[in-house]
Amino acid sequence: MNAPEALLTVTDLALSRGERQLFSGLGFAVSAGELLLIRGPNGAGKSSLLLTLAGILRLDRGTIGWAGGDERAPLHLLGHLSGIKPRLTLSENLVFWRAVNGPTGLAPEAALDATGLGGLGVIEAGHLSAGQTRRLALARLLVTERTIWLLDEPTASLDTAGDALVGRMIENHLQSGGAVVAATHSDLAVAGAARTLTLGGAR
Amino acid sequence: MNAFLAIIGRDLRLATRAGGDALTLVLFFVMVGAVVPFAIGPDRVLLAQLAPGIIWIAAFLSMLLGLDRLFRADEDDGSLLLLRHAAIPLEAVVAAKLIAHWLLSALPLLVASPLLAVLLSMEAGAWGKTVLALLIGTPALTAFGVIGAAVTVSLKRGGLLAPVLILPLSIPVLIFGVAMVSAPEGSSAASLFLAAVSLVCVAFCPFAAALALRVGSE
Repeated sequence: MNAPEALLTVTDLALSRGERQLFSGLGFAVSAGELLLIRGPNGAGKSSLLLTLAGILRLDRGTIGWAGGDERAPLHLLGHLSGIKPRLTLSENLVFWRAVNGPTGLAPEAALDATGLGGLGVIEAGHLSAGQTRRLALARLLVTERTIWLLDEPTASLDTAGDALVGRMIENHLQSGGAVVAATHSDLAVAGAARTLTLGGAR
Repeated sequence: MNAFLAIIGRDLRLATRAGGDALTLVLFFVMVGAVVPFAIGPDRVLLAQLAPGIIWIAAFLSMLLGLDRLFRADEDDGSLLLLRHAAIPLEAVVAAKLIAHWLLSALPLLVASPLLAVLLSMEAGAWGKTVLALLIGTPALTAFGVIGAAVTVSLKRGGLLAPVLILPLSIPVLIFGVAMVSAPEGSSAASLFLAAVSLVCVAFCPFAAALALRVGSE
């Protein structure tokens, strides 16, 4: 972790949804081991910014550059929707995502243990509470290693232990040379400095 | 390849677990065929003559019925967005879903077709030809369906739109499919045309549908 290389560089980004321009002239860079918090009131464009970074929304103007010049960035997206099939068991859900995204991370059982869902692997995901579903969505990040995590309200519907879990996961990820961009209203339980990007009004 | 098989496996597992979605399609297929004799009357000769067309229409309708579930569930729970960052490109994801959808919506119909053949007093030879025609033609119908479902998945109430969109596109499949059954022995033009339509559609479908999905989520 010597010379920090920018994993993600955004320059002069402008985005609008419908007729409304959410932001313009946005520029930032995220290096390995760095956490960038995106803040702003509801409707400021936090989720849209994450979706744009993920290559799903089309940007009006500007560039998004990834380390190595790759077109398809090695990233995990954790959005409002969990991507979990209620009719499959917890293990089946994770086994599926591990196969689809690449089996480079923890084994499904280990990921369940790490997110506090140990022993629930054989239960159908539809029986989980909202907080447990969120934990399962977090476990998906662990079964495949990706350098960049885009997290949208990662602590939504989690209890205090869950908040701590998110903090621990982010810290571990940063220490292993990853980078995290998180849109959040609450403070994340992460030790160390985090940069903050505020959308809406404060420009 | 693992990711490809995982998507097929998951779709098959979900369809068999969700309480017989595939079985409902088969029941619909058989019932459409069983209702026709009531409308036409108990003329066995006429029925046997019309049977290939009836089977094609029944298969066609039941394949339309299952269209909306193709991408809808994945869209609703966010999987479709996440699959954009899978280890395989979106085109391959669509191809996997195409295969899974054919296995779930066309293969059961082929298995159930003998029942319909009996109900419509078809001869064994005509039934065999119809099954062969369905086997060659249904991949094209599935491919059209996948494109239609991909185009309409971003519309919240697009469930009925996809069948309307793809119905006109599917006419050539029906024409050649029925022609293949009624063709005299030894003439293979219709079956070759049908196979060509199927191959071209299946080859282009993943690209068209993936493009539609990308544009749709913007």
